[in-house]
Amino acid sequence: MGKAVKIETSPKTWDDIKHTTCYMCACRCGIKVYLKDGTVTYIEGNRDHPVNGGVLCGKGSAGIMQHYSPARLRSPLLRVGPRGSGEFRELEWEEALRLATTWLAQTRNEDPKKLAFFTGRDQSQSLTGFWAIQYGTPNYAAHGGFCSVNMAAAGLYTIGGSFWEFGEPDWENTKYFMLFGVAEEHSSNPLKKQLGKLKERGAKIVSINPVRSGYSAIADEWLGIRPGTDGLFVAALIHELLKSGNVDLDYLQRYANASWLVIDDPEGDEHGLFARDGEDNPLSFDKISQSLKSALLPDIAPALVGEFTLEDGRKAVPAFQLLSQRFLDEGYAPDAVSEHIGISAETVKRIAAELAHTAFKEEISLDIAWTDWAGRTHEKTTGRPVSMHAMRGISAHSNGFHTCRMIHILQVLLGTIDCPGGFRYKPPYPKQTPPWLKPSGKRSGNRLAEPLGGPHLGFPTGPEDLLVNPSGSAQRIDKAFSWEAPLAAHGLMHMVINNAAKADPYPIDVLFLYMANMAWNSSMNVSATLKNLTGTHPDTGEYVIPKVIYSDAYYSETVPYADLILPDTTYLERWDCISMLDRPISEPDSASDAIRHPVVQPDREVRPFQDVLIELGARLGLPEFSNDDGTPTYPGGYPDYLVNHERKPGVGPLTGYRGEDGQSYGVGAPNPEQLDRYIENGCFYQHHLRDEQRFYKHANRDYNDWAVEMGHRMLGDQIIFQLYLEPLQKFRLAAQGKGPDVVPHEHRQRVETYFDPLPIWHMPLEEELAGGEDYPLHAVTQRPMAMYHSWGSQNAWLRQIHGRNWVYVNAGRGEELGIADGDWIWITSAHGKVKAQAKLMDGVNRDTIWTWNAIGKRPGAWNLDPEAPEATKGFLLNHVISELLPERGGYRFSNSDPITGQAAWYDLRVRIEKAAPEEQGKTYPSFEPQKRAAGLRRPPEDVAFKGDKPGGGV
Amino acid sequence: MTSLPTAEERSGKKLGLVIDLDTCVGCHACAVSCKEWNTQGYSAPLTDVDAYGSDPLGAWLNRIHTYEVATVDDMPNRTVHFPRSCLHCEEPACVTVCPTGASYKRAEDGIVLVNPDTCIGCKLCSWACPYGAREYDPSHGVMKKCTLCVDRIYNEHLEPEARQPACVLACPAGARHYGDLGDPDSAVSKLVAQRDGYDLLPQSGYKPVNKYLPPRPRRTGVEDGAAAEPKVLEPIAKGDGSLSDRFFAWADQVLTR
Repeated sequence: MGKAVKIETSPKTWDDIKHTTCYMCACRCGIKVYLKDGTVTYIEGNRDHPVNGGVLCGKGSAGIMQHYSPARLRSPLLRVGPRGSGEFRELEWEEALRLATTWLAQTRNEDPKKLAFFTGRDQSQSLTGFWAIQYGTPNYAAHGGFCSVNMAAAGLYTIGGSFWEFGEPDWENTKYFMLFGVAEEHSSNPLKKQLGKLKERGAKIVSINPVRSGYSAIADEWLGIRPGTDGLFVAALIHELLKSGNVDLDYLQRYANASWLVIDDPEGDEHGLFARDGEDNPLSFDKISQSLKSALLPDIAPALVGEFTLEDGRKAVPAFQLLSQRFLDEGYAPDAVSEHIGISAETVKRIAAELAHTAFKEEISLDIAWTDWAGRTHEKTTGRPVSMHAMRGISAHSNGFHTCRMIHILQVLLGTIDCPGGFRYKPPYPKQTPPWLKPSGKRSGNRLAEPLGGPHLGFPTGPEDLLVNPSGSAQRIDKAFSWEAPLAAHGLMHMVINNAAKADPYPIDVLFLYMANMAWNSSMNVSATLKNLTGTHPDTGEYVIPKVIYSDAYYSETVPYADLILPDTTYLERWDCISMLDRPISEPDSASDAIRHPVVQPDREVRPFQDVLIELGARLGLPEFSNDDGTPTYPGGYPDYLVNHERKPGVGPLTGYRGEDGQSYGVGAPNPEQLDRYIENGCFYQHHLRDEQRFYKHANRDYNDWAVEMGHRMLGDQIIFQLYLEPLQKFRLAAQGKGPDVVPHEHRQRVETYFDPLPIWHMPLEEELAGGEDYPLHAVTQRPMAMYHSWGSQNAWLRQIHGRNWVYVNAGRGEELGIADGDWIWITSAHGKVKAQAKLMDGVNRDTIWTWNAIGKRPGAWNLDPEAPEATKGFLLNHVISELLPERGGYRFSNSDPITGQAAWYDLRVRIEKAAPEEQGKTYPSFEPQKRAAGLRRPPEDVAFKGDKPGGGV
Repeated sequence: MTSLPTAEERSGKKLGLVIDLDTCVGCHACAVSCKEWNTQGYSAPLTDVDAYGSDPLGAWLNRIHTYEVATVDDMPNRTVHFPRSCLHCEEPACVTVCPTGASYKRAEDGIVLVNPDTCIGCKLCSWACPYGAREYDPSHGVMKKCTLCVDRIYNEHLEPEARQPACVLACPAGARHYGDLGDPDSAVSKLVAQRDGYDLLPQSGYKPVNKYLPPRPRRTGVEDGAAAEPKVLEPIAKGDGSLSDRFFAWADQVLTR
């Protein structure tokens, strides 16, 4: 009988295990890669790693199929047919590099700004940005502008940190956790891991999200809010807390600008700015001495309400009074907002009561002594155990900056920032509010071929920091840091192709892209984007965007639209650095950075993009990439740069194992063995903070002294939460004609309206301009669980899980509209229409439809069968999202947040109707199949992977 | 027909999984990790037919389903994610129905396996299994199923803490637990007792070893386990005048730093 069967229970299906860092999404988990005869056989989580602690998501485990994908490019390509034709010739690397160098050198010699270099989902921005500085173009950014710049900017301007990479809840101690607009897959492993623990511990989880999937499905309470109205919901919570006196006044006067006096002088040029003393310190009214004092003094008792007279006779009131007046307004009362947000007033009131109860009745006290910025030691560390996390559902609206600010302010009012149980910063955060870094690249004359004075991206604090010409027009191709998007801290990658095609504000010569699918799911209005990439001058027939260089590892939809392809490796074949100079992998109690290293060697003519960029830098003779004698500064490529590059003396891309003996942390001479030490340590370095440095980092002397020592901050003074955001008022004053700055006519009203120094809720712009009865529904997207970030479509395993997407419609709403499960329906916006197959569900807001993003593919792209479900049934909402808003006042603004330029993907408004019987069965719009590129082979029909290298195809 | 180990032959050990439907977010991490490990171990390979074509279809030993569950009693309408794999039943019909003895239940630990050398691919077992836990691999003509990672849990080449099924190690939400459900003192048995773990289709009599933990009651208040009465914060009563006036009077405190 079978019972006696003898089986092998200790097979060894590997001969080596190497540690590295995952790159199947943006989480940067530690992984262990099992190898046999040089083939990747198994990938699992690294138990010792600070990010994932051993667990691994579906994408991470499917890395093998990503690595052995038949969609991988094989060698450099030069376009030989028209753009879009997919007709290429394979090149040797030398020829490709020579060509790229010629193009880039010519542009640099003529006018460096005519290079637009945008690097997508780049995790090496401290290198790519540095390269662009040396090249001298102001036109550089990564993908943050179409991702979540609203979260980063609103957080950094308000509390000097933000969610996700900047901070996270105190998972160990929080008792009440709110998720706002967090998609089902966001922050994949770290968030899931902690949600499981919160549930085990009995902490309450509340998810505010139009869709009940993923994390929202396991929350204690799901609030199916109407998209774009989260700001109203949060405002109503603040209203209830203020009204009942449930705000932490002591915390506010210590850590926020609550007491800072705001000038009340409506006719004057300084109305709404902070009153300051002769040394530029903001003023408060001290209730002990009954006089005006610098608000920064440690020994005052500042008034939070009242009206005070300044020395020059002008009146001034504390910022907190203005904030309170704003939110005590009955327009923000639960009863006033409930119908609009789709959540009952009783529920809003109850949530406010629960927040108050948890914050003020369940205070935590830890036996940890700490010393504040003024040198006073506190014997205990107390905390209010309410925490929050917010992401794309907040950020991807045109009111996202203000809404995100409101969420942070709610946390500040409850006293929960960087305390036990609250939201906690991850080093190197917090930084100043905002960080002391202004955007560089302002050009007054024709300075050619010179490095920029500093980084491209920064934090303007007034009109004087904008990158605009004397007339007020934009200097950057994406119009970041112009009046169109003054606080565009991550640039506007989504506007580059559109602007370049219109030569607005000027034509460019070379478009250089990395790792972003701009001819498909990363652009709004795909058809127009393709036209822009293929548009020609009527006179000459030349392309309006003359040269396009693109680096991608796969045959994506963007490849056919580029002229020169520099094929990248996979994440398992290259060096990489998750740097403290960029976005490290720190946890609240430790500062961490990490590397990737080649665990396998490429079997084809592909090269890591970072190596290629460094080589191009040397060939171009860029100052920091080539020596005076013309030799390359980093002949060893990216690993050479990682070890030997110093941003300032002793500070380089990696913090661990510095110094000649490898014993220094943070600051120290380059150590030639640094990368070996990282590899020995599992490819990361974790520096643990001391107990007294862990909490109240914004006001913690020991933490801030350390941050200065490490070069994370310039000064170790207190970081003060900005309830009232004075920089916005400076822009508003300029728009009112006060001050020297010229604000172009078309921008004045918009800046005056939206640059409110206190948070406001306003209707999303598309809804205001094209909502109403014609387009009664919201349409939003999220990534599916196993496809967090979108590089997975050619993955043999993942595409069996999510090979096509559906449009999900509220069941009740669908029935009213005569739509049944499986019907093909038209989704029509003011901009266009798309056809998709519907599913009905209860767990979605009544006024909302939703789908998975980036599943729909162009036929033939990613080396898939043109009849693949991704192409025939999968669809993108991008087709019905316009990159420009409807015309207003003779001008069409970018479909973005007016403050930060964040792409407003989720502002989309649509109507739906059942497609005719003859229209069932296939998606619309349809595109010509993408021709298989040179060098790509037909994929294998079946994959039977058993630790060998799967089908190279025929 | 294939016989099961007799009561005397059985060791008493019942290795299996406990799956927590309260924390499963439906992310498919377990399914992909399972596929990744098992495509090269005992079950190798788990073939993907038409892998890059119009109808990709592969063998998976673990699949995740998502359902909306209607309102029942005090449990509101909800979304439930349900991972499905072999339950390693104590009385598995898939084994007794097997004409060749290829399907068998191990006496030493209760794991149900298929011997690929004697499986003829007749699919009777997949018809017999009420849980839909078996997958036919057309390219090899044999039936494949969850082995509980029998080539991991005893694997001397792995570190002791890694000797667990791949799905359990991968699960980000901590929703999967592995252990001996025959030992009432094991962590998994205690978890089942504490959380009212249950059998799937107990009426069928197959006595699944794997257990599912039901979703915890949802809470609308902060009190543990209780649906608290709707609450409202009381407005500041002190003072006269408008709400703003009363609030400002309350906030007009001397607060030293």
